[in-house]
Amino acid sequence: MDKRLSAPLRFLGWLDDRIPVSRFWHDHMACYYAPKNFNFWYYFGSLALFMLVLQIVTGIWLAMNYKPSAEFAFASVEYIMRDVDWGWLLRYMHSTGASFFFIVIYLHMFRALLYGSYREPRELLWTIGMLSYLVLMAEAFFGYLLPWGQMSYWGAKVIISVFSVLPWGDELATLMRGDYLISDATLNRFFALHVIALPLLLGILVGAHLMALHHVGSNNPDGLEIKRRKDAQGRPLDSVPFHPYYTVKDIFGLSVFLFIFFAIVFFAPDLGGYFLEHNNFVAADPLKTPDTIAPVWYFTPFYSILRAIPHKLGGVIAMGAAVMLFFLLPWLDRGRVRSIRYRGPIFRGALAAFAFSFVALGVLGTLHTDRPWYNYTLRTLTAVYFAFFLLMPIYSRYDRELPEPERLR
Amino acid sequence: MLPGGAAAAAADGGETPRYHAQISDLHSLQRGLRLFVNYCAGCHGARYVRYQRISEDLKLPAEVMQRNLMFGTDKLGAHMSSAMSAADGKRFFQVAPPDLSVVARSRGASWLYAYLTGFYLDETRPSGVNNLVFPDTAMPHALWPLQGLRRPVYRTEEGPLGVPQQLVDHLEQVRAGSMNEEQYARAAGDLVNFLYYIGEPARMERRFFGPWVMLYLLLLILVTWLLKRDYWKDVH
Repeated sequence: MDKRLSAPLRFLGWLDDRIPVSRFWHDHMACYYAPKNFNFWYYFGSLALFMLVLQIVTGIWLAMNYKPSAEFAFASVEYIMRDVDWGWLLRYMHSTGASFFFIVIYLHMFRALLYGSYREPRELLWTIGMLSYLVLMAEAFFGYLLPWGQMSYWGAKVIISVFSVLPWGDELATLMRGDYLISDATLNRFFALHVIALPLLLGILVGAHLMALHHVGSNNPDGLEIKRRKDAQGRPLDSVPFHPYYTVKDIFGLSVFLFIFFAIVFFAPDLGGYFLEHNNFVAADPLKTPDTIAPVWYFTPFYSILRAIPHKLGGVIAMGAAVMLFFLLPWLDRGRVRSIRYRGPIFRGALAAFAFSFVALGVLGTLHTDRPWYNYTLRTLTAVYFAFFLLMPIYSRYDRELPEPERLR
Repeated sequence: MLPGGAAAAAADGGETPRYHAQISDLHSLQRGLRLFVNYCAGCHGARYVRYQRISEDLKLPAEVMQRNLMFGTDKLGAHMSSAMSAADGKRFFQVAPPDLSVVARSRGASWLYAYLTGFYLDETRPSGVNNLVFPDTAMPHALWPLQGLRRPVYRTEEGPLGVPQQLVDHLEQVRAGSMNEEQYARAAGDLVNFLYYIGEPARMERRFFGPWVMLYLLLLILVTWLLKRDYWKDVH
């Protein structure tokens, strides 16, 4: 070993001979070339990774003080809120974190729709991302039972009853509950799934997502493949190494994100009942059905689609299809360009209508159904939602697209 | 603030009057605590709340707490549990009086305020009183020695399908309490403020730390923005 090198460098050399530390840094950070024109929408990937880490870290500390039992769960959450040093901060970071994880993921997914990031050769990148989204939904659902409030209990009851509509549904529901009704056994298995099984699975999927990303390279707001044009050293033109350019940029994005995040944590942690539902401050009572059982906001678009179909099994199938159709996007989209910048008017209109329907369905899912215009609006929006996917092979093909430039703008 | 008028508005089926609870007035919280231990804690517990936490947050010395405000225990670290067992509560009122630790978080301050000011005489009820925002409540009017007793004045209005229905128009004082209307409104406000505080004692901490965290993050945004701008200045 070269004695002229400093001690840390010599240690790094020792490590490199045994495990590829420097090569990993070179391949994935210092010489991973990313397009130079990332905009606002490109912050949400690294923010989603940050949210995953934050949820795991705050979750570990919450699990140190939480008791997964029907008798003590509600009390142990109040114990965390009152008697554990900084317990309230951990809990609010975790509960606010759940909502922000979904905000970040929805914006991250919308970015893919805007710039065609799911298109060839990124179909698997997109599919793995969608699998992570499914796991995230399950993770949120299992976690929501843990405070053992009225909404935890009755929300879980409603969602499990959704599964009981399927073939062998009753057996499936009993398997999920570990009992014939939601009970201590259910809470225990939900806790196990929430703190071990699903975070582990999510970690693996996110790893695979990043692996696929670094293999095919990032898309960009112009939707052009930067690898097609390289300089003499073989580096893509119009690109910058991820480190330091995107590390410093993402740290700036993270700072702004944290400002918004902690404003909620410190000044409005229940966000008027949207992040922490009022009725969940009443301990679960299997004998007292709440007047309204509404899911947390991040599930309301799909909940609305369930409510839009006046048939039990039909509603459940529609709700499932509403999520699953995202998986097919790479094959439904027949456009010749990727980015919204060069798409024609039909796709732009369709995407705007879809985004509107998703948000409006979400808002409707939080309202009572007793308004006269409710059902009509709900079904119209549901039709728009499905039309975006199902008609895509047609309208994306015959759209009047703009010519793509040669290089990134 | 006129509780009578406000309660009558609630009886119209309209919105309950807004009450903005606030925890910055320590004297109000202390008065609320006094009302709570004297009028509520006989039947209701606040089993997640410790006397010690209240003593620290409301700046009440331990001796004052122990001598004047703790009836069931002299251990400062004890929880404020109810003096009445759940079984007895169920026997007396048909339903065990609920724990009030987080009632302000589930019901909200406005509802609690309307509830405390919304009792009226009703012979058909076992307790002799009914409530404007919680019809057929099992709870007697525990604060009646303060508020006195009021009876409803009805008006008739056309209901659904043209069937006339009686609505409570306003409440009329029939027996004076030890407080006048204004004093009782303040007392109810103090009690709601106290319930709001015990619902989330950490509110005091987050209000204290929050602005400093925001200030720190603003500085972080500035520094990271300058760093980013410096690195990116030669990328075109």
